[in-house]
Amino acid sequence: MEQQRDESQLPDSRGFFGPYGGQFVPETLMPALQELETTYNEAQADTSFQQELEMLLRTYVGRPTPITYAKRLSDALGGAQIYLKREDLAHSGAHKINNALGQALLARRMGKQRLIAETGAGQHGVATATAAALLGLQAVIYMGTVDMARQKPNVFRMQLLGAEVRPVESGSRTLKDAINEAIRDWVTNVRTSYYLLGSALGPHPYPRMVRNLQSVIGREAREQMLAADGPGRWPDTIIACVGGGSNSIGIFYPFLDTSSQMIGVEAGGLGIAGGQHAARFADPKQGRPGVLHGTYSYLLQDEDGQIALTHSISAGLDYASIGPEHAYLRDQGRVTYTYATDDAALDAFLQLSELEGIIPALESAHAVAEAIRLAPTMSPEQIILINLSGRGDKDLDSVMQALRQREEEKHESS
Amino acid sequence: MNHHNGERVAAAFATFRGQPTAAFMPYWPLGYPTLDASVAIVSALAAAGADLLELGLPFSDPLADGPTIQAATQQALANGMNSRRAFDLIREIRHRGVKQPLLLMGYYNPILAYGTEKFCRNATAAGVDGFIIPDLPPEAAGPLASTAADLGLAMNFLLAPNSTAERIRLAAKATTGFLYLVSVTGITGAREGVPSDLAAFVAQVRKETTSPLAVGFGVSRPQQAAAIASIVEGVIVGSALVRLGVGEGALAKVVDLARSLSEATKGALPA
Repeated sequence: MEQQRDESQLPDSRGFFGPYGGQFVPETLMPALQELETTYNEAQADTSFQQELEMLLRTYVGRPTPITYAKRLSDALGGAQIYLKREDLAHSGAHKINNALGQALLARRMGKQRLIAETGAGQHGVATATAAALLGLQAVIYMGTVDMARQKPNVFRMQLLGAEVRPVESGSRTLKDAINEAIRDWVTNVRTSYYLLGSALGPHPYPRMVRNLQSVIGREAREQMLAADGPGRWPDTIIACVGGGSNSIGIFYPFLDTSSQMIGVEAGGLGIAGGQHAARFADPKQGRPGVLHGTYSYLLQDEDGQIALTHSISAGLDYASIGPEHAYLRDQGRVTYTYATDDAALDAFLQLSELEGIIPALESAHAVAEAIRLAPTMSPEQIILINLSGRGDKDLDSVMQALRQREEEKHESS
Repeated sequence: MNHHNGERVAAAFATFRGQPTAAFMPYWPLGYPTLDASVAIVSALAAAGADLLELGLPFSDPLADGPTIQAATQQALANGMNSRRAFDLIREIRHRGVKQPLLLMGYYNPILAYGTEKFCRNATAAGVDGFIIPDLPPEAAGPLASTAADLGLAMNFLLAPNSTAERIRLAAKATTGFLYLVSVTGITGAREGVPSDLAAFVAQVRKETTSPLAVGFGVSRPQQAAAIASIVEGVIVGSALVRLGVGEGALAKVVDLARSLSEATKGALPA
């Protein structure tokens, strides 16, 4: 069930996690956000809504997703024992479906036939298109043309599922710009359309709602770690990648009251120094709190407050801001944030594929990279749990290209 | 010295209360098409019958704006516009003798990045009379609004056709200048005709407040401006002017349209 510990505390009634969060949107959206919050609160208290969601998660998404012991990877690293929460096995290939399905049910409850969504890696777009097909709703997906080029299979998947994919040519032509266009569509069609935001960001109540819907990941993991197939105790360390921050908050949130250490891994791109990354917390020069897409949180920006262009090999992490609850958890010292570069993520992608027969999404490969760095510093009695948020089929083109580039660079330097 | 302050904003609209005419407020993005040209255009708009002027401060991600203003503000950014230069340009506009109330329209993040207090102080010193911040609803405006109030800057909040009575009262209470009625649910951009539900929207707002009302978003033609002028105190036009802003004879085209819009808001329609 959806009910959460501490739900009464954070975010507060105006959507703030400490100083972060809130609702910084055009007036046209304020009534829509209030309607959404009311509907969501009612749905949370409505047993039949929760039962339908749970039934679909079980019979359609394939939940619970298993926990896999990554024995060969653990042995190769010679430190902590590594377990994977297998969101890559959720229907449509990533954790995104947990949120998309829940929100699509809300849209139907509100009588909205048309779903609007943005997508970076395409996983949220695919999840939204999937939920729309299942529930008989219309889906319009905004996607930057840079992302369309690097996630081609997902574009076709969305189209196969009956969604309309609208290319976004403005700005950096990535996730940020897709969100701008999705919001412009929502402002225009606010009476008939539901904005199905894909991450734990944006204006209140989205960060809270997406967190709660994704918390199914952590709730399952809590039980599975103690079950017969699990290690019999909770992890010492939980690692997840952080773009907007939905898979990470989904696994972290239910463990906040345990003694597990938590690490969020941002996209380090080509390294922090050159500015070509999406590591909001790691770059003191560009990363400062500010307002983007309706929420106050850490934000990569220039000194004039213009949003910085980001870079990551992974489209899903290539975003200038981060969910407000992550900014709060970082301030509290409850979660530590680090980053993995494109190169480290690529190495992790290869290593997990070869050693475990699991091809991770490039996003998730950032979390694997941190585990690869950290595990050898830990003892074999210790346990790391990685949220493997998605599968890597969509990334094969990007990886092939990156490997070719690596070869060429090797030749040039030899 | 210019005697600019927020009270002038409400006063400029209040003159038209109960009249079939209205104030004309053109919008122009500072720094577009070039820094210097924007000063010349704003000064020309002031001479072409603008009663107040709305000056745009560019932002990389203007999510309330349509393609015309997106493109113009992107160009302004490429020209090096930022808050500091905006204040320089506004000083220059005042120096050229523009006396009308000047409203700065910008998204919240560049203001935050500049520092809200410093932004308010420097805006006042440059000759700004008030703010329009599309992504800052009244409940989020607290810190900025209190500094603005101390300095006498007018805070002007927006209302949309789907705003509830409760939200109308909230915006009216927070507004110290005028209420900016967004003519349709949507983004900025030139449109034809007057939305059929505009009169009902205006009537609904009137029920809750006596603040001056101005209508913007989608106003592009003198006929529209005249029709809107008959029911509110102000008519705001942006994209229709901005899209004329480049190419040969741009200044003259912008001024011609502004003049006919201004005349339309005063009851004179071109044949």
